[in-house]
Amino acid sequence: MTTHAKTPVDPAPSVPVGGAVGRPVDRRDGHAKVTGAARFSAEHHYPDLTYATMVHATIARGTITAIDTAAAVAVPGVVAVLTHLNAPRIRPVRKGNIVRDLGPSVSGTEVNYLNTDQVFWDGQPIAVVVAQTSVAANEAAPLVTVTYREQQARVDFAAEQHNATPAKGDLTFAGTKKKGDAEAALATAQVSVDLRYTTPGLQHNTIEPHATIAVWSGDHLTVHDTTQSTDASHKYLAWRFGVPAAQVRVRAEFVGGAFGGKFAVWPGTVIAAMAAKAVGRPVRLALSRKAVSRAAGGRTASTNRIALGATRDGRLTALIQDSITHVGSVGGLLEATSSPARHLYGAKNMLTRQNLVEMDLLPNTWLRAPGEAIGSFVLESAMDELAYELAMDPIDLRMRNEPATDPTSGKKFSQRMLREAFEAGAERFGWADRNPSPRSMRDGEWLVGMGAATAYHPVLRLVADVKVRLSNDGTALVQCGFHEMGMAAATVQAQIAADALGIAYEKVRVEYGDSDLPPGPMAGNSNQTATVATSVLAACAELTRKVTALARKTGTTGQEPAATLRAAHTPFLEASVGSTSRLGSLRSQGRFLATFLKDQRWSKAARGAQFCEVRVNADTGELRISRWLGMFDVGHIINPKTAASQLRGSIVMGIGMAMSEQTLVDPRNGRTMSAGLDSYYLPVHADIPPIDVAWLNEPDKSMPLGIIGLGEVGMTGVAAAIANAVYHATGRRIRDLPISLDKTL
Amino acid sequence: MPELRLRINGEDHKADVAPQVSLLDVLREHLWLTGTKKGCDQGACGACTVLVDGRRIVSCLALAVQYEGREITTIEGVDHPLQEAFVRHDGLQCGYCTPGQICSAIGMLSEHAAGAPSAATEALAPEALTPAEIRERMSGNICRCGAYNGIAEAIQEVAS
Amino acid sequence: MKTFNYLRATDVDVALQRIAVEPGARFLGGGTNLVDLMREGIEAPETLIDITRLPLDGIEELPDGGLRIGALVRNSDLAAHPVVRGRYPFLSQAILLGATGQIRNMATVGGNLLQRTRCLYFYDEASACNKREPGAGCAAREGFNRGNAVLGTSDACVATHPSDMAVALAAIDAVVEVRSSRGTRHIPLTEFHLLPGTTPHLESQLESDELITAVELPPLPVAAHSYYRKVRDRASYAFALVSVAAALDFGADGRIADVRLALGGVATKPWRARTAEQLLLGAAASEDSFATAAAAELAAAVPLPGNAFKIDLACRTVVAVLRRLTTERSGS
Ligand SMILES: Cc1cc2nc3c(=O)[nH]c(=O)nc-3n(C[C@H](O)[C@H](O)[C@H](O)COP(=O)(O)OP(=O)(O)OC[C@H]3O[C@@H](n4cnc5c(N)ncnc54)[C@H](O)[C@@H]3O)c2cc1C
Ligand code: FES
Ligand code: FES
Repeated sequence: MTTHAKTPVDPAPSVPVGGAVGRPVDRRDGHAKVTGAARFSAEHHYPDLTYATMVHATIARGTITAIDTAAAVAVPGVVAVLTHLNAPRIRPVRKGNIVRDLGPSVSGTEVNYLNTDQVFWDGQPIAVVVAQTSVAANEAAPLVTVTYREQQARVDFAAEQHNATPAKGDLTFAGTKKKGDAEAALATAQVSVDLRYTTPGLQHNTIEPHATIAVWSGDHLTVHDTTQSTDASHKYLAWRFGVPAAQVRVRAEFVGGAFGGKFAVWPGTVIAAMAAKAVGRPVRLALSRKAVSRAAGGRTASTNRIALGATRDGRLTALIQDSITHVGSVGGLLEATSSPARHLYGAKNMLTRQNLVEMDLLPNTWLRAPGEAIGSFVLESAMDELAYELAMDPIDLRMRNEPATDPTSGKKFSQRMLREAFEAGAERFGWADRNPSPRSMRDGEWLVGMGAATAYHPVLRLVADVKVRLSNDGTALVQCGFHEMGMAAATVQAQIAADALGIAYEKVRVEYGDSDLPPGPMAGNSNQTATVATSVLAACAELTRKVTALARKTGTTGQEPAATLRAAHTPFLEASVGSTSRLGSLRSQGRFLATFLKDQRWSKAARGAQFCEVRVNADTGELRISRWLGMFDVGHIINPKTAASQLRGSIVMGIGMAMSEQTLVDPRNGRTMSAGLDSYYLPVHADIPPIDVAWLNEPDKSMPLGIIGLGEVGMTGVAAAIANAVYHATGRRIRDLPISLDKTL
Repeated sequence: MPELRLRINGEDHKADVAPQVSLLDVLREHLWLTGTKKGCDQGACGACTVLVDGRRIVSCLALAVQYEGREITTIEGVDHPLQEAFVRHDGLQCGYCTPGQICSAIGMLSEHAAGAPSAATEALAPEALTPAEIRERMSGNICRCGAYNGIAEAIQEVAS
Repeated sequence: MKTFNYLRATDVDVALQRIAVEPGARFLGGGTNLVDLMREGIEAPETLIDITRLPLDGIEELPDGGLRIGALVRNSDLAAHPVVRGRYPFLSQAILLGATGQIRNMATVGGNLLQRTRCLYFYDEASACNKREPGAGCAAREGFNRGNAVLGTSDACVATHPSDMAVALAAIDAVVEVRSSRGTRHIPLTEFHLLPGTTPHLESQLESDELITAVELPPLPVAAHSYYRKVRDRASYAFALVSVAAALDFGADGRIADVRLALGGVATKPWRARTAEQLLLGAAASEDSFATAAAAELAAAVPLPGNAFKIDLACRTVVAVLRRLTTERSGS
């Protein structure tokens, strides 16, 4: 090809000192990513690296009675084949308390891989081949033959639902919440709907498949891993392999998308470390796409009853949501599908109940907006249905039920601007042009519809240890083991630190993605930006105090910080929040509890108003999204460019959930049949129109810098907005995702 | 096993590999040119897109032996205004699909310039590179982070 | 992937001699299907004969107005060819609606015809599949069969032929030229692929020592007024649930004077809709006549729970395509 000469680029508009926050700065690692220089977990070079491929069980439940590895061992280049018969013994998974130590909670499953002859799901890794090359490992893995004693397995969600039992819930989310007598209120409501919605299982399918490189040096372990929880996962591995946590280092400088799928430690990580120990060489275990589907959990399927009762003028008198989701027999997550129903509308009587059924499937896990992605589809579709029953504008119905305080807890909102979001959004989108009757708008062979829905995601803050160093050359270094999976996390923290220290944005360097750094939070629940900012601000404030004191001593008050340091002949000053000493860890827990309790005083959430226009082909039922607007109430925006990308990306994922994504688990045997990207349909370029996103930019005063996390809220309400628009276009209610064309015909 | 000679980014490379090794694996595991990504290994994501004699292909379905003597360009050999445009338009998040998107876009722009139609082309030969054309022509590159808008804007800017 | 020998052919005769003596050998085109299947362990040839450097990559106009397409012409080059765009637009459209820019740059005409089904159970080594392992059973019948066929199926197999290009070629009455060391044969495309019957592992008339050398398109004036419509689960980069290749022309009396119709995504082979064609020929163009013809073609369809919607969808898509072609004709 002809290489193009490098065209000069406008130098980035230089960021004025003190004005970094709020500026649309380009992401810092952009250059590394567009040149191929960024090294992801599977891409670190070790001279004596070996390559591993896992062998997966092909039954859902049972016992391995025989396993024959001879043919695999005989493949040239194979170094070892490990099974439960010869793999190193490691400690079983520890159950533990999430508040004390996130370690146990990051266990994807409870299975002690390759240390047991028991099979708990179709796809469970039961052996691993280690070879000189990936080609040899891949050639040998299918040659391992396994004999099983099979047991009856529970793999058909539809058939198992009658076994569901009410879920207990935990500290942050109760299994059942009641207010008044919702069933009685429903029975006597002037207008009501009583509906059933289902959603299928979903997969993260990050474009980077899970991968691990494990390197032992004596009893020190270094792991390059696709993880969004370096701190928890290094503690977890330390426990499993029986070494002190300080001897395990987990690195993840670049993570190719995560969305919750790389929070838990899945089998590949453990097996890579195990294999590296066994062969005495570094091992790379990069999962194939199919292996990811078999060995890293996704989102549960769900069945939901939702019933709404209202007065004729649209005031909610009853709200009932009964959800059934599943977990695996060896782990899994209670997907909090009733979270939106509990916090959005001021219904007088409420009953929300989570029911769980245990199945012999790969345990489910966090996937972007766990709970809210499903729950907002259910609630916001039902609100639309009720609005039509009432012959009322669906936005108007929502506004009539805006509560003054949290409808479940009665707590004050730290901030709630849903009304403003809908008003501004309706105006910008042109909602008034919508003729409310179904099938009333058409463009040639396309039926046109417009839909709206509320977006909702709660706020969570964890704790982060941070160290900030200010040097006399004018630069600063921020260190924190947080994660960068595409959110521009380092960019945003550099903006925050620059302004807090009063130095230029370009002078701030940020180190992250390494468990050797001061521990950061796991990147989940949209907590990371606010969590890390809390500590960055505290450290920078302390540093500023130190500089001010020094300036007074050296008579440099009013000069830039570096001048003060130079005047004092001090190479650098440091300030830290937290430490990893025993006492420091205890203090961190204390800080977590204090923050948690403080945050508990309010009902806090990110919210928004989603608007879309869809087209449904009158002949074929094909669905296209032609227009989108998300108007968000997400606090103060630190970086409008990267924030818009997060919101857009979430909406794209919501579009996938609405239109085409679906984990296909064969109800006969529990096998995942959508194990490839050719059978699990992610949205492609052609599916995605220009997406308009905007925000009110009103800081949440209870949060540092007014920040509310926004990584997940964009996904919520999307499926409902689309389903509502499809109804408007076609007159058909689709209550079972995905909205495939056979349903709209 | 005979030594494989590949011409990559204008340089000759040798690799001792069996014929079943894909071009993608030679790049990533033998030459440590890891800029080209593996997302699916089944032709279903586009992350592994490279240029061969200026044409875009997926390197995961390409046996390396088949490409001896051809001019292969990977992201490491690309120096193109699209790269800066991607950064400016934030046409990336995690960055894992990005090298594939960029190589694909370079191939796509020259296909369009050479008059190749797409499924979005109504006329006999393509005219302007409309947003609909860009989206259709780039549909072989999946971005799970959903950076599609920024990618399309970056391409549009460089194309015009 | 199992180890194999690799040979690069530069001469057709040498390639044919070689395959004649090596029954375990296979030709390698763009590799976009074969490499994938080998990686999945579904195909395991002992030798691959790389044919991509054979001089079979030309497109020639024939004196009678037809077109001769070399078997190694890349899908994207065929789709972009001005004669194809002008005289057989639905062939170009069919190709461009398949796969992606990258894959079309690799895929060859011969390989496209011989690509194998995307049935989920054919692709899953742990599932039963008569096509992969004769006699093993068919897991698709009672499994996920949204993508599977309703026409031309048998008890043994319901796998769809996935090619888009071949559907347009079936409508065109293209002829496949094949050569072996025993000589040259010409096989009409509509007879090239086999129905599964009790032997779903046999997919085409091609013998194991035969090479596809070219595909010939007859001159076909009606094809200038043609359209390919593909209906699928996302806007691009997906196989067809239903596709329709149609060409339509009217006589002076306004009645249908010539028609070609073929279906994809619904059948075990590229499906020439002759029943519908016969009903349409001489009929007036109307929603009714289109719908009647489509329904007659689909009358033989055997639905499965997951794909029953395709019968109605196919009928609707046929009607929509014929309506479009009619409107275009009356507009011009
Ligand atoms: C993700 C993905 C999506 C796709 N989507 C579509 C789609 O939407 N529509 C569609 O139609 N196709 C689609 N395809 C399939 C694609 O079109 C085929 O893989 C391609 O056309 C095969 O051509 P090839 O040259 O690469 O064949 P190869 O893979 O090289 O060969 C395929 C078979 O043909 C044999 N063969 C090849 N050439 C000859 C010859 N000249 N003589 C005898 N035997 C020969 C080979 O031995 C092999 O058995 C998709 C593929 C992928 C990977
Ligand atoms: S890795 Fe090649 S297309 Fe996905
Ligand atoms: S940037 Fe993450 S997949 Fe595209």
